[in-house]
Amino acid sequence: MTIALRTDEITKVYGKDTSAVVAVDQVSLEVKRGEFIALVGPSGSGKTSMLAMLAALLSPTSGSIFIGDVALGEIKEKERTRFRREKIGFTFQTNNLVPYLTALENVELMLRLNKTLDKEGKAHAKELLARLGLRERLNSLPNQLSGGQQQRIAIARALVHRPEVVLADEPTASLDTERAFQVVETFANLIHEQNRAGIMVTHDLRMTKYVDRVIQMVDGKVTRSLDDRAAIDLLAQTSSFEAAEQYIGSTPFQYAVAPAASKVA
Amino acid sequence: MSFYLALKEIWRLRGRYLLFSMVIALITILVLFIAALAGGLANANKQLIEKLDGEMLIYQNNVDLQLTASRLGQSKLSDIRRIDGVADVGPVGLATATVVFADGRSPIDIALVGVEPGKPGDPPLMAGPGLRTKRNNDAVIDQDLASRAGLTIGDRFIVKSVQGTEEEFYEVSVVGITDSRQYFFLPSAIMPIRTWSKVRPQGDGESSTSEIIFNLAAVKLQDPQQFDLVAQKLEYFVDGIEVTDKQAAILALPGYTAQQSTLNTQQIFTLLIGVLVVGGFFQIQTLQKVAQIGVLKAIGSSSATVAFATLLQIILVTLIGVGIGSLGTMLLVLGMPSEIPILFSGSTVISAAVLLLFIGPIGGLVSIRLALKIDPLTAIGLS
Repeated sequence: MTIALRTDEITKVYGKDTSAVVAVDQVSLEVKRGEFIALVGPSGSGKTSMLAMLAALLSPTSGSIFIGDVALGEIKEKERTRFRREKIGFTFQTNNLVPYLTALENVELMLRLNKTLDKEGKAHAKELLARLGLRERLNSLPNQLSGGQQQRIAIARALVHRPEVVLADEPTASLDTERAFQVVETFANLIHEQNRAGIMVTHDLRMTKYVDRVIQMVDGKVTRSLDDRAAIDLLAQTSSFEAAEQYIGSTPFQYAVAPAASKVA
Repeated sequence: MSFYLALKEIWRLRGRYLLFSMVIALITILVLFIAALAGGLANANKQLIEKLDGEMLIYQNNVDLQLTASRLGQSKLSDIRRIDGVADVGPVGLATATVVFADGRSPIDIALVGVEPGKPGDPPLMAGPGLRTKRNNDAVIDQDLASRAGLTIGDRFIVKSVQGTEEEFYEVSVVGITDSRQYFFLPSAIMPIRTWSKVRPQGDGESSTSEIIFNLAAVKLQDPQQFDLVAQKLEYFVDGIEVTDKQAAILALPGYTAQQSTLNTQQIFTLLIGVLVVGGFFQIQTLQKVAQIGVLKAIGSSSATVAFATLLQIILVTLIGVGIGSLGTMLLVLGMPSEIPILFSGSTVISAAVLLLFIGPIGGLVSIRLALKIDPLTAIGLS
């Protein structure tokens, strides 16, 4: 599979000198097309900073990020905005949708921004929403929809312009368990079907059930990477890395214990 | 893209935006009403002077252009007429008197104006033959007096004037009607200068038989471009006069400047309040949308797109508000009693409306700056 996203030892430091905080510490990572990974870890582990850098919203203090063939460090701010709207799909924890646009208009917004809203684009937007079970709600405004429906619209918006990478920031944070599972499952299916690279930041290990790989971050470093299907299922069931690792029988499992680079492939 | 976002938001939240447009409409009504009132009051003060058909006005020297203090005699007219560049000159006498009615109607105070028939100062007519002789008890009345007193050509009316300690009554025939020529809120009756000199109120000892004294002279120039040159010559060759133009004469009317500057200050303050109201509204709007704008920027809208959308909304809401306000003012003026001096002239309305259209964008500058500065990282709670 082609590599869609790659980071080389990226580090993000906030502040300077004595008040400097290392949020992301020399993380190297590759995500292939058609692969859906979960970035997990406790609060303050650096996963949101990581996501912001992958989304070209934040520049790493050191290291490089490649999306497709493009090195994010080499493009200017103005081009980054264009890059984001062309190559990246994004769903957020809250306030995902533009409140005064209907479900369909919210999805079409990405095509409008990219100036690619034509007949085919409109059909694609409708088809995606239908695929996400929102065929009857195309003209509803966000405040007429449930949290789960809003997240699904956000997913359609994140995919409609056929981006290189799809990023999801805690997509299930405001949903009940049942809806959360539905949303992540649909997300995973679409990423696989459309052959996109998907990264989901979540603190809820149960949501790893539908991903291909789980990467754990602690204190800015990648501490674990799990890609065994059965182990991931166990992790999703027990929310315990230890249980998953015992199942695999190799403790510690792919630990990145070195204080320097933590290379995960 | 900005148009799309701006219009969609206004349409979907039309109740809120319409309500705000109504606030701008009310500010507009206030500003236009003050402007119209200022225009009306100014008009009621200056109309007579403004409509005198001469480019140049001549006062007695050293009276600070105070009309009632200025005294000129017939001899001055001949001196003025002789100066090169003067095409014609006419005397203008001003006094106040009262029109009384035999049938018990309320008396009407009027401006009694004396002019020389056919000379500068003699008003153009809307009806009637006009003043023909220098001494008949004839008068051209202005539209206001005609309508208030119910007079028309050929009618007679009684002018009461206090002379010495006695009240004198003069019967006057209407020989013409001219357009509105108010002087200090009084409608006017224009008479031949000799009649005026006889009818006007006089103190003890003033004799109506001596040389006719009037207040100012209206001068028509051969070439209005030569105003300064002729003025210099006049002041050099004719003793005891001060030459001025109508604008300066109007500014010197008692209370005129004070009244106008008070109203202008009110207007400026209303506009400033408008700027603050628009600024406040859009800033609150933008603050409410910080997260939403963050998301828009995170998914690839440029800051310029978002800021321009805000600017468009401000312009549109202001336009609608000013439009509704202007219409509202017109309706209000139509329903106003005629005693209120309102002048809803095109130029005042346009200049006030243009100023009002600027208050939106000026007031909105802060919110546009705010929209520009919102970091897309707010979308993921990192800013």
